[in-house]
Amino acid sequence: MRRFGRWLMDGVAILALGYLFLPIFVIVLYSFNKPAGKFNFVWKAFSLEAWRNPFAYEALYESMKLSLRVAALSTLVATVFGTFIALALTRYRFRGASAINLLLVLPLTTPEVVLGSSLLSLFLDLNARTGFSTIVIAHIMFSVSYVALTVRARIRGFDWTLEEAAMDLGAGPFRVFFKVTLPIIAPGIVAASMLAFALSLDDFIITLFNAGNRITYPLYVYGARRAAFPPQINVLATAILLASLLTLGATVLWQQRTLRQRGMSLAPRA
Amino acid sequence: MAGTASGGSRRSRLAPYLLVAPGILWLLVFFVVPTLTLAQTSVTGTEGPWWEAYHRALSNYGTHFFRSLRYALGATLLSLAMGYPLAYFIAFRAGSLKNMLLGLVVLPFFTTFLVRTFAWKTILNDGGPAVWLLKQLHILGEGGRLLDTTIAVVGGLTYNFLPFMILPIYVSLEKIDRRLVEAAEDLYSTPMGAFRKVVLPLSLPGVFAGSLLTFIPATGDFINAQLLGSPNQQMIGTVIQNQFLEVRDYPLAASLSFVLMAVITVGVLAYARVLGTEELA
Repeated sequence: MRRFGRWLMDGVAILALGYLFLPIFVIVLYSFNKPAGKFNFVWKAFSLEAWRNPFAYEALYESMKLSLRVAALSTLVATVFGTFIALALTRYRFRGASAINLLLVLPLTTPEVVLGSSLLSLFLDLNARTGFSTIVIAHIMFSVSYVALTVRARIRGFDWTLEEAAMDLGAGPFRVFFKVTLPIIAPGIVAASMLAFALSLDDFIITLFNAGNRITYPLYVYGARRAAFPPQINVLATAILLASLLTLGATVLWQQRTLRQRGMSLAPRA
Repeated sequence: MAGTASGGSRRSRLAPYLLVAPGILWLLVFFVVPTLTLAQTSVTGTEGPWWEAYHRALSNYGTHFFRSLRYALGATLLSLAMGYPLAYFIAFRAGSLKNMLLGLVVLPFFTTFLVRTFAWKTILNDGGPAVWLLKQLHILGEGGRLLDTTIAVVGGLTYNFLPFMILPIYVSLEKIDRRLVEAAEDLYSTPMGAFRKVVLPLSLPGVFAGSLLTFIPATGDFINAQLLGSPNQQMIGTVIQNQFLEVRDYPLAASLSFVLMAVITVGVLAYARVLGTEELA
């Protein structure tokens, strides 16, 4: 009986892993498909065609460019805003900190359809035209919370007296920030900005409400179900996957190296 | 500059407010104010009394609300049933594979959510591998389908939010002091007893956070219902989106959004009371 319980738990765990992995396998596999018609939903034959011409569809290419621009801009702003909030919350005790905590969590516990529709009702109220800037505004809005909470989780518990030590040794405020503070918080900022970038690139529901007639990559994919679903969509999805894995790998290596240089070990963080 | 104002000096009194100002202002203008605008939209512009739109929302779309809650609950329970064993495995048994398995859990985040849902369409297609397999096993009849069924929609929701269940549970399991488990076993507790009396209670905050992170987005989701289901599986998100962007009945759309938020808030509070924890994430 005891052994059975453990066996069952492990079996379910493996099943869950397979469940998580299967669609990704299908996405990569179908980027090599040569579909019979316009819709890449049934396997026909192996082909490198889509990989040779990943930008064969002008609109798909344009949508990807738009998504990358939105992601870059919103990540930049959200990372700065979120990091400042995280620093304030970890470094200072101040009135209103708990209200700020609540304000950070609320967007995460509100369904996206509510976030998207309420933002649209604001823009309608102001007679603002929805388009590039409203997409960016929306993405910054939901990314700030993620950045602030991620950075805060990563820098909590660091030894801030190092800053005072540096100042005691005669370092000026700029030197202290660039030589002590920034290296300490950098890994958290990098992790948070990667998260914000991924969330922006991936967002569909909030964007749908606030995009006007602009079409981001997820919006293109959504529209593709009606007209044509070419394997190029899978090629770009696979490319995003590979790029993220490479970035992630590079960051882990970089962090391990800097930690080793400073004589610390990469302790597992909760 | 953050580094200049450490400790409790006088000039540090203003520093935190200056630091939080840009981000918090952004959230106030583009999150709090819009919520108020939404409230205003929901009660203006209709002919009848102020609650006219709410009346229409509840009387016409009650089934959609209940269906969304049912599907989200189903997806949350399935995620818990699959996610807990996996989180447990990664935290306690994976050894050197731990980081790789965690990587696999977050891998879906690196591919577009919509494309992943389309991948399920490929898998569950009438001529696809899943239908073929189930027909071979005589689980599915001759004309049986997977696409356009409740199973496909709930399965898709489960898939989409499973990592959000696994990660918080993993974090809370990881925090557990292993010596507590050893102590329980030294005191002649069976492994099952140690799990029930030590591990499970200590992992409840993770279960709580994970359930919310699954249930809330699942209730409002409409992609899975739209791509993997038929009109019979339509969820409330589709209605809201449709009313806002196609029909443009703004009061109705806004009141639907508000009811959704209210329903979720009530559900979350009730759940918090049952589990007796206020901790989130």
